[in-house]
Amino acid sequence: MSAPRPDPDALLARVKREESLEGRGRLRIFFGACAGVGKTYAMLTAARAEAARGTEVLVGVVETHGRDDTAALAEGLERLPLRQIERQGAMLTEFDLDAALARKPGLILVDELAHTNAPDSRHPKRWQDVQELLAGGINVYTTLNVQHLESLNDVVGQVTGVRVWETLPDKVFDQADDVELVDLPPEDLLERLGEGKVYLAEQAIRAADNFFRKGNLIALRELALRRTADRVDAQMRDYREEKGISAAWPVAERLLVAVGPGEEGEHLVRATRRMAASMGTVWTALYVETPALLRLPEAERDRILRTLRLAEELGGKSVVVGGGDVAGEVLGFAHAQNVSRIVIGRPKRRGWRGWMVGSTADRITSGADDIDVALVSTGGKHAILAAGMIVRSRDALGIESPGKRRWPRYLAGAAMPAAITIVGAAMHGRFELSNIVMLYLLGVVIVAIRLGRGPSILAVMLSVAAFDFFFVPPYLTFAVSDTEYLITFAVMLVVGLVISTLAGQVRLQARIAGYREQRASALYDMSREMAATEKLVEIVRIAVRHVSEVFASQAAVLLPDGNGRVRHPRGESVAGSLHGADLGIAQWVYDHTQPAGLGTDTLAGSDTHFVPLATPTGPIGVLALLPANSRRIFVPEQRRLLDTFAALIALAIARAQLADEARAAQLAAETESLRNALLAAISHELRTPLATIVGASSSLAEQSEAMGAAARRELAQSIAEEARRMGEVVAKVLDLARLQAGATRVNADWHPVEEVVGSALQRLAGRLSKHKVTTRLPKEAVLVRFDAVLIEQVLVNLLENAAKYTPPGSGIDIAVEARRDEIEFTVVDDGPGLKPGQEKKVFDKFHRGVPESSPGGAGLGLAICKAIVEAHGGRIWAENIPAGGVVFRFTVPQGDEPPPALDAEERV
Amino acid sequence: MTSERPVVLVIEDEPQIRKFLRASLDAQGFSVEQAESGEQGLVMAANRRPEAIVLDLGLPDLDGVEVIRRLREWSRVPIIVLSARAQEDDKIRALDAGADDYVVKPFAVGELLARLRVALRHAATADGTGAPASIEAGELKIDLGARRISVSGKEVHLTPTEYRLLAELAKHAGKVLTQRYLLKEVWGPGYVERPHYLRIYMANLRRKLEADPAQPRRLLTETGVGYRFNLE
Repeated sequence: MSAPRPDPDALLARVKREESLEGRGRLRIFFGACAGVGKTYAMLTAARAEAARGTEVLVGVVETHGRDDTAALAEGLERLPLRQIERQGAMLTEFDLDAALARKPGLILVDELAHTNAPDSRHPKRWQDVQELLAGGINVYTTLNVQHLESLNDVVGQVTGVRVWETLPDKVFDQADDVELVDLPPEDLLERLGEGKVYLAEQAIRAADNFFRKGNLIALRELALRRTADRVDAQMRDYREEKGISAAWPVAERLLVAVGPGEEGEHLVRATRRMAASMGTVWTALYVETPALLRLPEAERDRILRTLRLAEELGGKSVVVGGGDVAGEVLGFAHAQNVSRIVIGRPKRRGWRGWMVGSTADRITSGADDIDVALVSTGGKHAILAAGMIVRSRDALGIESPGKRRWPRYLAGAAMPAAITIVGAAMHGRFELSNIVMLYLLGVVIVAIRLGRGPSILAVMLSVAAFDFFFVPPYLTFAVSDTEYLITFAVMLVVGLVISTLAGQVRLQARIAGYREQRASALYDMSREMAATEKLVEIVRIAVRHVSEVFASQAAVLLPDGNGRVRHPRGESVAGSLHGADLGIAQWVYDHTQPAGLGTDTLAGSDTHFVPLATPTGPIGVLALLPANSRRIFVPEQRRLLDTFAALIALAIARAQLADEARAAQLAAETESLRNALLAAISHELRTPLATIVGASSSLAEQSEAMGAAARRELAQSIAEEARRMGEVVAKVLDLARLQAGATRVNADWHPVEEVVGSALQRLAGRLSKHKVTTRLPKEAVLVRFDAVLIEQVLVNLLENAAKYTPPGSGIDIAVEARRDEIEFTVVDDGPGLKPGQEKKVFDKFHRGVPESSPGGAGLGLAICKAIVEAHGGRIWAENIPAGGVVFRFTVPQGDEPPPALDAEERV
Repeated sequence: MTSERPVVLVIEDEPQIRKFLRASLDAQGFSVEQAESGEQGLVMAANRRPEAIVLDLGLPDLDGVEVIRRLREWSRVPIIVLSARAQEDDKIRALDAGADDYVVKPFAVGELLARLRVALRHAATADGTGAPASIEAGELKIDLGARRISVSGKEVHLTPTEYRLLAELAKHAGKVLTQRYLLKEVWGPGYVERPHYLRIYMANLRRKLEADPAQPRRLLTETGVGYRFNLE
């Protein structure tokens, strides 16, 4: 192990990072300690130098704050018009992201990276706009003050006493290609301030006296310098790793921070971020969701969400696991993930449980054999995470929130000790007092199990009071004569409280288990239904139905068309379908594979939440939800459930699409084989008569003198006969091709039924001359509705077949029966009939009664019949007659329309 | 009638078809003139004054229907159209434009000759004293003067409309009459969109005049096009 080798994991990460940078723009941050150090000036100077080098420079947004020298620098550079937004009568201006993307300059200047966008912008934060510019391959220059960096936000707040709301996730800063520190000694800055050269925002003016103290400026400058030095350090590490220089860090460290619901979570996350940054390692924030924690008030549950989001913004990963034992889950996760150090908050207080079972911190510390545990002080830190959306998880879980149906439960809780007191009064004197105490405790257990914790505590209190008042001498006063009873009261109280706590928990856990099962069964139901079908439409319908039920939302699955443009679903909608979802947002979600809309960082103004449907191979669609109650989808459990649903739907859709592709491929193969069969059949059918024609005609042309007149006539007749046969084959192929291409329209009209029979017989007069043809038609003239040309073709083909496959002299019978809603045509012959089992196959293309037999015809006649009859909405089938022969039947539906009548005077 | 052989003008761009038409028509006692295009055909029709014209609908320069229309501006010469199969619309357009009959490709020469003879005969009667006073076709006898119809000597009673329809068909015996034409002539221009009138009356006529209405011998249907009175 003497040869130092780069850590493969780290190399892989580097390669990935560089791959993702391919085609991306470069980000350069002009970084300063505070306002007034000249960041914008430096940025403009650098941009002018770039412009002089021939780069296309566009000023996206630059705040010159009325400073002439800065404004002069911006002169001559192309300026992107700002977007005008009218908001409550006032005009706001905002950076125009879409115009910038459309303009696509080589370099764009976007001032103040940490800026918060106007409410209806695509992204809430300007740095997100910048990310999209970079993704679009545009280089960006921007500016940033150290106090806006998320990880330093609290430190700066402590140093200066002023905290800013506009913060920038550290990962954006760390991933910047260049960071240029714009440094100005505090003395010079104060001097500039004195000369009025520093622009101060309104709120800053108020704080300016405090803020611009020399001590503050020195501290800020130090922070900025140190943060820049960290970056240089990281670059150095990268460089060394890349060159295989023995790394200062032999193994990749991993940090894990266990966060709880308390206020200290935020501080823990920031502290871990700083720790990880200085160590150059990756880190994860872990939250263990225990049944007990599900009972927390909404505000605290909200805070967990915010803390986990903060961890992601700071460049960490966030993970939520469910489990009963926090310490056990944390240790299990740490071991599975090869964590080298666990960060936990120092326990603040020790409750009775702490004394009994030890604090979570203690148990983690004692269980972490080979893992370092860092205890971070959590006292006195104030949390600043803004309270975002208020999430009422209890609503979502169906757990009664306190306040709802509270009084009945407490009343019932109070009724229990009252009832026991009456029973006890009856027992009094005959039983020991201790048995009455036992009865009270039994009552508490029942109340705790049936009604929950609050009512049971009330029951404990009332029990103790009632016991004292009614059963302890002196009776009917709260005074106690024997002090020993004080011990009875105390034990009764403690035992009652412990019972109520434990029983209440059992009850809650049962509910939570029930909820978990509900979640699992919702997933199971959907996946089982989806597994039963391969049809995309079906899967989408199932998905929409389940998602809309489980999340109490209107839902839609939006799939892209062939050009990757997301489209509204077509076809019938099911209950719970969402109509008219914003396709613009959906397209963004599809393109970026990130959620957007309600409850996200992107286009949060929308009332619809969009989740990408993605498989490992890429996005395949978008799931849109319009929740009836937004709380229903933004509790962590519901969010995880939604993610699982989305993954499941995506897989099912991908499976359906694969199945579709497979089917299409199979269809193409079948079409191909059909085409081959067609070619084979046609070439055989055409070549045979062609051979006769060529032979006979060449004989006539070359040897007619040598032949007698009779021989010549015979040859000429066979030429004519074979040519006619060829003509028939060609005509049939054309008919079938037209029918299958859908070029033939059914042109239905009213016809007397005998007319079509008559014209078919007339067309075949020559061919049927050797057969005995009979007809059985309705006695009255019946008008029926069909396309006469096509139905005549069906009859002609059937009669032709009958003539072809029966010996001369056979009988052919044509019958027509008009029923109320359809007419049935029957063509019967008394020939040899079909081979058993052939009754269906005869309607296939290229099928012939007797293979390679002389009658010829490419086996298309019946296929044409079938196509025509089906185009009319009818059926066609064949049956062998036991006595011999075959019957072909077809029906033509007539619909409800009555036949047209003649005007009265015409009905003479 | 002069002793000269009647002149037939063949307007057809396909040389092989011209060749066998020339041979067959020549053998049947016609003098054959040929044109390869519509324009050439119109010029030759004006110069040679043929007794009949055989016209292919699919010409390279002009639509066949257009050729018929231009001929009909000044001439009543019988026109037999050669049409590709299964294009009922083309046949109807040609007949409505003034063609006398059509033959579907591929056709046997005998069929064309039969149609040609019918057309020539019809032209001859139309040129002379007008319609004949009576028409006989097998057992069917139509006395146009007395408006009396009989089958095998037995008189058949027809309604006035039935009579008008039969008379119109019989006057043009052998020629295909389109549905539109018959509706206009028998019922009037307001009825051209009501083809079921025509079909019901044809069915009634067949029941009265044909031995087996399902296998008619006189009143023939040209499916999708119209009707023909068969004299033979």
